[in-house]
Amino acid sequence: MSTDVDQPSDPPSVVPVGDQAVNVEFGAEIDDAINERVYAFADALSAQSPSWMRELVPTYRSLLVYYDALTFDLDTVTAELQALISGAGTQNAREAERSQLVYELPTAYGGDYGPDLDSVAENAGIDAGEAVAIHSGTAYRVYMIGFSPGFPYLGGMDQRIATPRLPTPRTRVPAGSVGIAESQTGVYPTASPGGWQLIGRTPVRLFDHERTPPSVLQPGHFVRFVPIEPAEYAEVEQAVARGDFEIKVSELGR
Amino acid sequence: MSRELIVHGPGPLSLVQDAGRSDYQRYGVSVSGALDPEALLIGNLLIGNDEAAAAIEVTFGGAEFEFTHDTVAALTGGDLQPSLDGTPLSLWESFVAPAGSVLRMAGPRNGLRSYLAVEGGIDTEPVLASRSTHVSSALGGIDGTALKAGDRLRLGPAESTDGPGAQFPENLRLERANELQIRVVPGPQDAQFTDSGIETFYSSTYTVTESSDRQGLRLDGPEIGAVDERYDIVSDAVAFGSVQVPGDGKPIILLADRQTTGGYAKIGVVATVDLPLLAQAAPGVAIQFVRISASEAQSLMRERRTAILDADLLGDLKAVRSAMSVNGVEVELEIECRPQQLARSEGTSATATINGLTSTVRIEEIDPEPLV
Repeated sequence: MSTDVDQPSDPPSVVPVGDQAVNVEFGAEIDDAINERVYAFADALSAQSPSWMRELVPTYRSLLVYYDALTFDLDTVTAELQALISGAGTQNAREAERSQLVYELPTAYGGDYGPDLDSVAENAGIDAGEAVAIHSGTAYRVYMIGFSPGFPYLGGMDQRIATPRLPTPRTRVPAGSVGIAESQTGVYPTASPGGWQLIGRTPVRLFDHERTPPSVLQPGHFVRFVPIEPAEYAEVEQAVARGDFEIKVSELGR
Repeated sequence: MSRELIVHGPGPLSLVQDAGRSDYQRYGVSVSGALDPEALLIGNLLIGNDEAAAAIEVTFGGAEFEFTHDTVAALTGGDLQPSLDGTPLSLWESFVAPAGSVLRMAGPRNGLRSYLAVEGGIDTEPVLASRSTHVSSALGGIDGTALKAGDRLRLGPAESTDGPGAQFPENLRLERANELQIRVVPGPQDAQFTDSGIETFYSSTYTVTESSDRQGLRLDGPEIGAVDERYDIVSDAVAFGSVQVPGDGKPIILLADRQTTGGYAKIGVVATVDLPLLAQAAPGVAIQFVRISASEAQSLMRERRTAILDADLLGDLKAVRSAMSVNGVEVELEIECRPQQLARSEGTSATATINGLTSTVRIEEIDPEPLV
């Protein structure tokens, strides 16, 4: 479903968000093309780095632009953004230029690692093994990082295993937990409260404030979950702790 | 031994906070930082610190801190009935906390959060370019946690301290009332609410509830209607002061510890100039929202900042009398200086030439009464 406003070919709108930021809105829905335009524009703006620019927060469908509002007016910033929008010939170039990297996350499914696997399978009317095969059979696109440090919002999950959130969120979800909420899937990089159905856990550390950038995954990356046994989980966990685990990265389609 | 601040008791919540952790929101990292950024700024200005230096944000009081060395400090923000070794302290002015002295904050008299700024700032290890503590993601402060009894906080080098006695002018201090008018810039998803929903938002009184924290102020009051009952959006980024309205129709004002993105429609964003009022709003405080344009909000923000930066923190020049002894002869001098310099002049030495004789004199006693 999309309205005229949401067509990727329409120019994005620039909307004030309070007195220190504007939102550049490319659409109102989850869509690969819209998401690509957000990140292409963020790249173009970063490259130009106008003196009023403070911080960029790209999301599924929009780019929040913080600016120096003590010195620059809303009208000035809006006009410059609109000029950049109309002048940008690069909007669709990013996808073509960028190799599409798939990050493989070894994941132990079920049991203590994924206490909700059985109920996800039951909800889908399949057995647990099938649910794991479906979940691990897709490379998921990272649309944005948000909610908590390094949390990837992943799209493209098979509707067969879509499951509502837990009626009562857990007060503590262990770091590395892989979850499902409706037709989204994601990984909790750090321990936090959360209401997603937990089907597995990866020992890979997705956020480390001593790394640059601190988040391993970036929007535009893809993620594939690779099922492993508990014994291998322990091995990988130790390797991660020693700092000598490297995430396997491949190109999409290979 | 380096100068330290020893935490004897943190009260319900004491946190190391600076101006916030910007530039990492794209990685899901919350900004955090002082909930009342203006109080932090003024505290640092009073001492002569860098304006974004880290301070301690004390919520609700019940906290106790000991200074290991003579330290210039200032308290700003909410009035938590502070005292130094039992003597009541005034907010909004710098003072010297002597080595071994204990600063205590009893509990709120007015406002909720006090900022203890110290010369050189709190010098914990920066994480992602900030010392601000974000407890739920365990970043900043000491090991990402709130302060605990027994914590020892190192202070940064005191470089350009202005000494004690600086004062933030009374006429510039914000009035803290139990009924607030909070200005809001509409958008970015105000079109998702019904006309009557918008009308409800700007014409009703909302009350701050107990379930408010550094992440957001949860308000109670009339429900705000959304078109087709659709309160959800495809998640986008949220700002300090964003007013989101979830499915129950009750607004939540997102504050410093907010998550970076959110999936509820936002009816508006609070003007920066009014954020300090929200930081000090206790449960029960009544809020009325007033519509304002982004440009108007920017003018107000700039005026306020200019007023703060241009404020005369040192007070007017005063002529005072000083007694001193020159070669055994008691003399009295009239001196013109600023009040804050007075406290530091007592006991210092100067060179004086009287009747051709040069001698080192000691300024013994200053009578702070103006001569005029």
